[in-house]
Amino acid sequence: MKKIVIIGGGIAGLEVSRLLLQEGFPVTLIEKSSHLGGNIRNYAYLFPDFTPSEEILKNYTSLPGNADLQLLLNTEIEKIDFSSRPYTLFSNDGIAISADSIIIATGYQIFDARLKEEFGYGIYDGVITSVEMEKMIREQHIVTPYGKAPRRIAFIHCVGSRDAKVGNTYCSRLCCITAIKQAIETKKLLPQAEIFCFYIDLRMYGLTFEELYLNAQKEYNIQFVRGRLSETSEMIDKRLIIKAEDTLIGRPLKMMTDMLVLMVGMEASNFSKQFAYHNGLEIGEHGFFKPLNQFNARGKSQKEGIYFAGTSIGPMSVAETIEHAQATALSTISYLKGKEN
Amino acid sequence: MTKIADMTENSPEQRKKIYWKDYIKYIPEDDYFFFRSCIRQTFFPGAEQAFLAILKNNLHKNYFDDPRLTTCTGIGYHSDIIPLETLHTMIARHFSIMNESGYSNLVISCVTTFGVMIEVLNTWHEFPETLEKARENLQKTTGRTFELPKAIAHASDIIYLYRDEIAKQSVYKLINKETGKPLKVVDHVGCHYAKIFPHHGIGGAEFPKVLSEMIKTWGGEVVDYPERRHCCGFGFRQYLIKESRGYSLTHAQIKFESMQPFHPDLILTNCPGCNMFMDRWQYVIQETTGKVYSSSGNGIPVLTYEELAALLLGYDPVQIGLFMHQTDVLPLLEKLGIQFNKNEYAKLREESLDLAKIL
Amino acid sequence: MATFDFLEIRHLHIDYDNLDQELLNEVIREEPSFQWCISCGCCTATCSAGNHTTFNIRRISLILRRGEVEGLEEELKKCMLCGKCTLVCPRDIQLRNVVMNIKKIILKKKTA
Repeated sequence: MKKIVIIGGGIAGLEVSRLLLQEGFPVTLIEKSSHLGGNIRNYAYLFPDFTPSEEILKNYTSLPGNADLQLLLNTEIEKIDFSSRPYTLFSNDGIAISADSIIIATGYQIFDARLKEEFGYGIYDGVITSVEMEKMIREQHIVTPYGKAPRRIAFIHCVGSRDAKVGNTYCSRLCCITAIKQAIETKKLLPQAEIFCFYIDLRMYGLTFEELYLNAQKEYNIQFVRGRLSETSEMIDKRLIIKAEDTLIGRPLKMMTDMLVLMVGMEASNFSKQFAYHNGLEIGEHGFFKPLNQFNARGKSQKEGIYFAGTSIGPMSVAETIEHAQATALSTISYLKGKEN
Repeated sequence: MTKIADMTENSPEQRKKIYWKDYIKYIPEDDYFFFRSCIRQTFFPGAEQAFLAILKNNLHKNYFDDPRLTTCTGIGYHSDIIPLETLHTMIARHFSIMNESGYSNLVISCVTTFGVMIEVLNTWHEFPETLEKARENLQKTTGRTFELPKAIAHASDIIYLYRDEIAKQSVYKLINKETGKPLKVVDHVGCHYAKIFPHHGIGGAEFPKVLSEMIKTWGGEVVDYPERRHCCGFGFRQYLIKESRGYSLTHAQIKFESMQPFHPDLILTNCPGCNMFMDRWQYVIQETTGKVYSSSGNGIPVLTYEELAALLLGYDPVQIGLFMHQTDVLPLLEKLGIQFNKNEYAKLREESLDLAKIL
Repeated sequence: MATFDFLEIRHLHIDYDNLDQELLNEVIREEPSFQWCISCGCCTATCSAGNHTTFNIRRISLILRRGEVEGLEEELKKCMLCGKCTLVCPRDIQLRNVVMNIKKIILKKKTA
């Protein structure tokens, strides 16, 4: 029987595992942390319809009990020997695993907002990331670091995305809609608060995203200001002063706010980059794994039998990640059956 | 493969760090070739003298103060009356003189000069033909040749480097003698210190720590106020042309308004222009609108890093020329509990203010 | 000293903490669709008045939202109330009603 190793136990790795097991292939799933799920655990509710992320994870609760699944938690793959077939993977604790096919589902990491030092993250307590905001939304309790209910909150789009200064020139795609989702959730929790979104362009690419945007304006009175944050500073009472240009009016704008939420983008994980480097796998110009092409082989690598699933190749929503994982599962099965190379 | 090195550094512990703290540069430890400022010696003549005295008497460092040096042409260059080639040739001459004196560690008193020198060195690096042209021009005009400095630092970098030693030797601390509480100090780092080339400034451009670290080491409390990074209003073209001097004044005003709620006891600067304008414009605003930014006295005293270091080391406020400051330094001297001849200070201050009035 | 004039730089800023939003709130109350604007500029492009004068209907919405009501009444006199803006608006904002309401509210305030 052909052996398959999946690296990464986020939703991409889980979905590929689920499908391959369903088709009767034994699978080894390797996860570097102590639990499955990956980055989706950072998000309580998913855009565009506020589905709890647990609903997605529920699909995989029965996986660990599957007899055909070998689950290796707390395990990192350091090196793959490509010189002979089947390939051999070596983990950090010295285990050697052989594989006819390997699926890389190593995901993404969020941008480290400290790199945008002028935004004040890590310096002023009132500046938080979208991941920290999501945590408060999960707890249904939004407070400033000083324990007060914020009266004004500003969401800053494109933090660590479309920014040559931090080396990420691509659009992370999901932050715009996430900001609108979080803005609405915030408004529901704090009906008295004024909520602003500072954006460069609003990229509502999904079928129902534009509706959510309109709804944010219509039902929740969320204000959209076209202009990017230039700098944050703190007043003596710990409120934040932000400066941006209102580019539609063409004049600088200054605003006091109680809380600043930085919509941090997705970037290739350091683990992926290191892994690629040590194993001779190709990385695209934005640091993510480079698929064979951008059209009909988005899950294939340059190496035979090596596949990608999910955000290891670029920013994707939950739905897109699952679809990509499904496509990769199909490619892998075809390959293992000798129908495709 | 520099990228890999960056990545391996990025362990979870590393992610907690603040990146701008990494902007550290090499600061030479001894044998300084001192490059004076054009304007400082007129406005605050004691400041550079204090720097040299500290180097000599407290830090026991070797330096050379070469009388043959002239201007870096920075003010002329930034106000578009000195062509780039002339600037390059002038800088080349200074380097030549430094070579001749047997020094290679250039220490610069003025932030404008510091910015100019770094800019010229970077231009020569990026466009080697401009270096060749400068060599040719210098040869033709003066018969001189030159080598580039081995190290380049601003004088505040040197004080930053030896801040602990200064603290050890200091007689006073940045503490209010009456209350025992740390004094609140605003730092204002000259724009050309790090905003042109952030990696040439300690702490980078957003959070330069060259002055704030001195304040902390010497016992004070650093005030981080909203307009901390705003320009002091020097902006060469703004103050040189009388009609646009209002811009200059308004920039300074924005800063004062923003720092006022924090009740700072002192403004500490490392740039001749900033020191001058933060000092003088407070007086102008007071004269025209009656507004005073300190909770008591006649404004927030403005000192340079050397003046402050010298004060803490026990130098006489009169000897280092503090009476030349338009915004009275006396409230600060009293808070620090410094012993000095107050009558002489008052007399000299009156004379200096009278002089300013005639002008 | 009198020769030093202070430029009022701060007035060039949109100072969000000192905005006059009274008129805006009243307009939104009368015509809620006003807040759905995405500043696409369709209205201005088709505007009859805007083709012959400096009238800019998109900008009116913006400056009202930024609380800059000074001179608004004068500016709105340029509008011919033809309603073409309302016809082209992709977000179905009742712009003519917005204009009418601004005028009405200003007038009411003046006569009050």
